[in-house]
Amino acid sequence: MAEPLLDIEGPAAPPRKNGELVFDAPWESRAFGMTVALQARGLFAWDDFRAILIEEIATWEREAARSWSYYACWLAALERLLVKQRLCGRAEIDEREAGFRARTAGHDH
Amino acid sequence: MSDDHRPPPHVIRAEAIESLLTEKGLVDAATIDAVIEAYEQDIGPMNGAAVVAKAWKDPDYRRRLLDDGTAAIAELGFGGPQGEHIVVVENAPTRHNVVVCTLCSCYPWPVLGLPPAWYKEPAYRSRIVKEPRKLLAEMGLDLAPEVEIRVWDSSAEVRYLVLPEPPADVAACSESELATRVTRDAMIGVARIDG
Repeated sequence: MAEPLLDIEGPAAPPRKNGELVFDAPWESRAFGMTVALQARGLFAWDDFRAILIEEIATWEREAARSWSYYACWLAALERLLVKQRLCGRAEIDEREAGFRARTAGHDH
Repeated sequence: MSDDHRPPPHVIRAEAIESLLTEKGLVDAATIDAVIEAYEQDIGPMNGAAVVAKAWKDPDYRRRLLDDGTAAIAELGFGGPQGEHIVVVENAPTRHNVVVCTLCSCYPWPVLGLPPAWYKEPAYRSRIVKEPRKLLAEMGLDLAPEVEIRVWDSSAEVRYLVLPEPPADVAACSESELATRVTRDAMIGVARIDG
């Protein structure tokens, strides 16, 4: 698998502990894994993803009201890239999300 | 804090995206699992830890590792970019080894993964050469005055890996148990193995 060059420092660098990537919740690692897997299949260039990620982080920092989440920015960047590359539509993501939300409403995790 | 027990928004959003991408045949769960596992474990100090633990338990392997680090590390299946020439330096009760790259951030990737941020900082790169005992103490490693410190400067040609001293209970532990106790910092030479 072609490995993307993850930033070590700077705003786009993922959180690490003792050199290893740190995921605070399973969804963060899923978002990371999807992105790397799509990139490894050549569906987009890593630099394109990285550029959007940096934009998302900058946007987040301007909106100080929300608490910081690196992988929320990552997920937003992935979504934008999927739409841009016509791999997924915003509307179908919204629809699927709404469907899942209805499903989970009845039984709390 | 609210009493809202619904999953946070990103959880569902990420799930929705993965579900759509899976349906479209663009990703599958097993590939994503493999990617996560590779980055969490396979790439990084887990490799170096396996090398160190084997050297502690197997005297023949230890000899081969000290004779030709690259070849002995390749025996375990590790190698590749930034690991062409790995020299292993062994700690002893009166000798401590520590690794730096004074020019940039050369680092044995195949065994140690990506370098930590401090390894690349000018402060570490200059001070570990000029005042290693003081800097190591600041990093939490107090060495007795009689312990000789050797500083190894990595380059594009040669990458160094420290073989730390084993813990006291090395004989009672299995190789895989020992591997879990080997840290990245101990293999750079800025920490000891606990126990």
